[in-house]
Amino acid sequence: MSRRGRSTSGRLPLVLLLPALLGLAFLLVPLIGLLAKAPWSTLPGRLFSADVWQALRLSLVCATSATVLCLLLGVPLAWLLARGGLPGRSLIRAFVTVPLVLPPVVGGVALLLVLGRRGLVGEHLDAWFGISLPFTTAGVIVAEAFVAMPFLVISVEGALRAADPRYEEAAATLGAGRWLTFRRVTLPSIAPGVVAGTVLCWARALGEFGATITFAGNFPGRTTTMPLAVYLALETDPDVAVVLSLVLLLVSVVVLASLRERWISGLR
Amino acid sequence: MFRRTALAALAAVAALTLAGCGDDTPAASSSPSSSSSSSSTPALSGNISVFAAASLTGTFTQLGKGFEAANPGTKVTFNFAGSSALAQQINQGAPADVFASAAPKNMDQVTDKGTPTNFVKNTLEIAVPKGNPAKITGLKDFADKNKKIVLCAVQVPCGAAADKVFKATGITAQPDSLEQDVKAALTKVSLGEADAALVYKTDVLSAKDKVEGIQFPEASKAVNEYPIATLTKSKNPDLAKAFVDYVLSDKGKAVLSAAGFDAP
Repeated sequence: MSRRGRSTSGRLPLVLLLPALLGLAFLLVPLIGLLAKAPWSTLPGRLFSADVWQALRLSLVCATSATVLCLLLGVPLAWLLARGGLPGRSLIRAFVTVPLVLPPVVGGVALLLVLGRRGLVGEHLDAWFGISLPFTTAGVIVAEAFVAMPFLVISVEGALRAADPRYEEAAATLGAGRWLTFRRVTLPSIAPGVVAGTVLCWARALGEFGATITFAGNFPGRTTTMPLAVYLALETDPDVAVVLSLVLLLVSVVVLASLRERWISGLR
Repeated sequence: MFRRTALAALAAVAALTLAGCGDDTPAASSSPSSSSSSSSTPALSGNISVFAAASLTGTFTQLGKGFEAANPGTKVTFNFAGSSALAQQINQGAPADVFASAAPKNMDQVTDKGTPTNFVKNTLEIAVPKGNPAKITGLKDFADKNKKIVLCAVQVPCGAAADKVFKATGITAQPDSLEQDVKAALTKVSLGEADAALVYKTDVLSAKDKVEGIQFPEASKAVNEYPIATLTKSKNPDLAKAFVDYVLSDKGKAVLSAAGFDAP
């Protein structure tokens, strides 16, 4: 780090390159650790057990449903924060980030206190409609959406604030209503931000553990997602936990890499 | 202060990165000092860390305070977690001096240890929310699909014990959730989310303002023994042994039985 590299075109300054590589290595080393510890000889047998596929399928279904829920609620919320001109906006923004700061287990307890069978709202859901969210797949989706939504809202709000409002104004002067403007002008202009937020949101939902196991419990086929299966496998057979983690990692990397590539290239 | 912490974290990151996936070399270099004081009136001093099962949180915290008061100049710090997680941490080189496990199985997993002694045992009990809204009367209610039933996952000691009880009685339980530890199962009951759970007698006592306990005769089929042992990598073996002796003493027994533990 001594030489202040007079970077010619295309060459990165050493001052940035070294910490960048260190950062990359820091993120990759735990993955290498998993790969090194993986029981490769017995891997196929362990992979093709019904439990693994059940947990994986449930994880994908729940993370995707939670992401859809976040999109439906989170994009309008981001719009409200960025364009709504609300009083006390910074306070509302702080509340949006609460699930980020809250330990997920605490988030799960909070959800139980509100949506549980004896919770503030859950009590009525149970009495009037016979709906009880804890211990159900719907409960998993709610828990994952609660924890993952801030990632989407913050990304989309950032994109909205960076977008040029003059296009929206131009659309308005041409007679477009607010909803039409939002759909045809605003949304396409912030699409990369929405995609980035969706990816983060989905990834967070896929890896969600604390709020899920606290709010929705753990039952195979109903609420046991991959992270829960990994945690319980770790109690008895760390090898299985490593295999499950690798499967989850592989699936998420493949999905994220391919989707992101397609979406972003399709948008340009 | 902050800068130093940040530097330490950065150094840890760098070390982790450079070390890659090298073998874990336990940093515990057995210090040669303080080993001469084994004869009469050993002047105990220094620190030990005790790794203890989560179900011992209340009692061991109390015992630690008592031990420190009886031996001025000593400090006992605790790491409470699931027994299997603790056993793994110890085998990976975590700096522990004493291990108290909720099951002999997890004690067996630890390699470098003294001779374990069983110091208490714990019995299962049915926990129901205060007032018993679902009118649970016994173990047979656990086969009722319409009741919200919570058990521990079989991977953790309380789940293994529950499994043993159900196998012995021929009851097919219909659980709604298999919780990751006994405290999580208890929480579901104390919040009224579950109608009943199988937990330890000590857990019911620890939450007695929110849950009620129902004893059942079949519990004798799966009694959990708790072993305690000093660890050979301890840097302060005298103090570690003194703490184990304190747990096994009459004073220790009194604290443990007050919390609902049975004598071994």
